[in-house]
Amino acid sequence: MSAGGHKDYQGAKIGMWLFLFTEFMLFGGLFILYSGSRALNPEAFHHASRELNVPLGVANTVILLTSSLFVAAAVTAIQKGRRKTAMRLVGLTAASGALFLVNKGVEWGAKFHHGIYPNGPALAHSPPGEALFFGLYFIMTGLHGLHVLAGTVLLCVMLAWLARGRIQPDDCVALENSGLYWHLVDVIWIFLLPLFYLAA
Amino acid sequence: MEHESGHVVEYATLIKVWAALVALTAFLVAASRLSSGAAAWAMLLITPVKAGLVLYFFMHLKYEKLLLKTMAFVALATLLTFIGMLFFDISFR
Repeated sequence: MSAGGHKDYQGAKIGMWLFLFTEFMLFGGLFILYSGSRALNPEAFHHASRELNVPLGVANTVILLTSSLFVAAAVTAIQKGRRKTAMRLVGLTAASGALFLVNKGVEWGAKFHHGIYPNGPALAHSPPGEALFFGLYFIMTGLHGLHVLAGTVLLCVMLAWLARGRIQPDDCVALENSGLYWHLVDVIWIFLLPLFYLAA
Repeated sequence: MEHESGHVVEYATLIKVWAALVALTAFLVAASRLSSGAAAWAMLLITPVKAGLVLYFFMHLKYEKLLLKTMAFVALATLLTFIGMLFFDISFR
């Protein structure tokens, strides 16, 4: 940005982490709700989880883990002064985010097709515990999906900033913080996989 | 003023962490196919390790100053305390 402007690297990092803590608490509240609901409806959660597509969930996990590697490597690349490499890696990360959302769309589409959505025909006649499971599934993966979308947009902005030279080897905290956000999205999915897909 | 910059983590380190994450995911999925008991233990043991690897290496927590490490610890400990309190509440109802 403008030459001579005051920059506070530690401040920028701490600010981002404080925001990430609020995100942990946001999802943490939902994890508490999930744990409580599952403890009260163990059979229904076990049964409803069978409806989920495990290969698709695992594929999305590998996509997010790999995209996390890409963005972490992009930070390393820019710190080493390799702007082109950093741009390629950030582009790959954003593409992975888009692929994740496509998979999620396919998955949700199949659920809707089978009448599995809040107040949908399949859930209206199933035990209340199963409706609860799918309510939490749609809320938690939906909120996570919104984060993936926000992260993908943010990474596209970072790609533009890299191209314009707004991110430099000695001044790359914007890319580091965007990477932190992307890793947070990955960490949340790490918990969502066993809670929903592997609970059967 | 000279810009401060973060610690540079080598590509090799990042790739090793990624390989560990993928391997742990494979273990997690395999364990979940054995029995519901194995699935629960795998979730409780493997998932926090995976999250820890991402936080520690990908998110550079390992290389941060003590202040940030302490902040992260307090935030996560608070969340875990609430989760622990929930289970006390459910099991002693």
